[in-house]
Amino acid sequence: MLNPSQKLNSALFDLQVKQEAIRDGFGVGLEMAGLINNQVVGLCADLSESTRMNKFAEAFPDRFFQIGVAEQNLVTVASGLASVGKIPFAASYAMFSPGRNWEQIRTTICYNDQPVKIVGAHAGISVGPDGGTHQATEDIALMRVLPRMVVVVPADSEEAKKATLALVENQAPSYLRLARNKSPIITTSESPFELGKGNVLIESDQAEVTIIACGVMVYRALMAAKQLKTEGIMVTVVNIHTIKPLDTELVLKLAKQTKAIVTVEDHQQMGGLGSAVAEFLVATYPVPMELIGLKDVYGQSGEPDELLDYYGLAIDDIIEATKKVITRKS
Amino acid sequence: MKPYNDDIKLDLETKANLVRQLVIESLIEAGSGHTAGPLGMADIFVTLYFHILNHRPSETTWALRDRLVLSNGHICPVLYATMALAGYFPISELKTLRRFGSRLQGHPHREWLPGLETSSGPLGSGLSQAIGMALGFRLDLGENTERYVYALLSDGELEEGNTWEAVLLAGKERLSNLIAVIDRNGIQIDGFTKDVMPLEPLSDKFESFNWHVIEIDGHNFDDIIDAFGQAQAVFGRPVVIIAHTIPGKGIPEFERDYTWHGKPPNLKEGKQALEKLRSLQGRIKNDYL
Repeated sequence: MLNPSQKLNSALFDLQVKQEAIRDGFGVGLEMAGLINNQVVGLCADLSESTRMNKFAEAFPDRFFQIGVAEQNLVTVASGLASVGKIPFAASYAMFSPGRNWEQIRTTICYNDQPVKIVGAHAGISVGPDGGTHQATEDIALMRVLPRMVVVVPADSEEAKKATLALVENQAPSYLRLARNKSPIITTSESPFELGKGNVLIESDQAEVTIIACGVMVYRALMAAKQLKTEGIMVTVVNIHTIKPLDTELVLKLAKQTKAIVTVEDHQQMGGLGSAVAEFLVATYPVPMELIGLKDVYGQSGEPDELLDYYGLAIDDIIEATKKVITRKS
Repeated sequence: MKPYNDDIKLDLETKANLVRQLVIESLIEAGSGHTAGPLGMADIFVTLYFHILNHRPSETTWALRDRLVLSNGHICPVLYATMALAGYFPISELKTLRRFGSRLQGHPHREWLPGLETSSGPLGSGLSQAIGMALGFRLDLGENTERYVYALLSDGELEEGNTWEAVLLAGKERLSNLIAVIDRNGIQIDGFTKDVMPLEPLSDKFESFNWHVIEIDGHNFDDIIDAFGQAQAVFGRPVVIIAHTIPGKGIPEFERDYTWHGKPPNLKEGKQALEKLRSLQGRIKNDYL
């Protein structure tokens, strides 16, 4: 069932699948990046442990700048560092950066074309008990709309590490979205990763629907596919870790193959991955689509899984949307 | 520091007068834009570009250059006029200000005009960018680096929270290679800064954030030159030069009138202004002015 060329974690569907926080992968990746490239610098707004930038800060104290609780300053100082040749990673919670400092990111990083990497940790409703004030569910939309901005949402810790290393090299303003809690390890060190290239995790000649997911929802999409198979419904599952630039070649190919699409993301239904896919397909090869995401509401306190289930992001919701979209195929 | 004497002072004064004329001419052509701030900052811009900055107008990417960040991008007519006079681009191009396709965007766009260090307009973010540059230089060159970053700010933009986040950080980092200049002209769009949002005691504010403060008359070249010399000499602290300027300086009809903050002179007003500048306020009688 799993695409062998992806070299995924073979224990993926085990009950005791290994779990790690996606942010942990960023911490490891940034420390590696610091070793490989001495132009990499880190900036943090009083959240170095939470964002996992502390590993980099300890390894390279000269190249770490503690900005304090000041997210506007965080990204604008990063812009200045980039303009003199540094490769800055600026980390905070997604709710505050890019939540609070959008105009600074627009003007001093994107409009100004400086290759700053905005790292938004604790993104999505899956942040859990902190509640609605801390659950960034609009950040993909905010960053995706900015010309030049690259938007990356890793699906697991391993992918977050690879994404971090890739962003050191991409010479573009970029947004890296990280989730707080432990989530299943889907990929391995052998799995392919290239910015802007989606990965087909499950494929089938008989696939009736393509499920496109990102971030923590990739695992739930895979679980839904597994359940659907037992019901005789075959689907293709794609991990679109780079929402911008979107892998339009792959999306178009799969739209033509399966003629129906379900998108799944821990983000508002509006403006995120689903919108990106829909905007592209409506102009090229329109097929019935179901978009799974938050339905124009804020979250609340609760356990991550409990919240995802309550707000329409359950495995059952993906299954239901898949069945629904099949009925809409002409 | 370069040598400074009466001849150089006269040369700077002459250039500042010329820059003010170029500002007026470009604003007449543009039909929109800001007048008071550019006229008020002409003396400081001329001093920076012709006496202070380590730069090469013919080699804008020269790695060893100082950096100048204009935070309040709306006073760009004076930046453009000074850069043109310094040889960055032809003076004739000033007449394209704010036109479609022009390199002289309504607010500065780094990518469009070589020689600009950043794009700016939205207020309050320039000091932070200058701090980033200064930190980068310190990282590469050490604490004694003499590669300076000059951040030019308006007084109105001190109302932005982002500015004070930056002021805090520069004090914490003891950034000796950062020199900020505040255009303390006392006006902003809606009126006088003292009415819109009082800033005094401004000098005390910066001192309490661990900055070295120098207050000067922003139209006195001796003062300006001396302040930059002092600023470069201070070690272990960022320096702010609070330059008291007269908005609209050089055109008595425009001076200290906040309504000239965000509008250009019309053709008639512009011609009268040019006459004032070209005749040194009527001291030179000449039919061809």
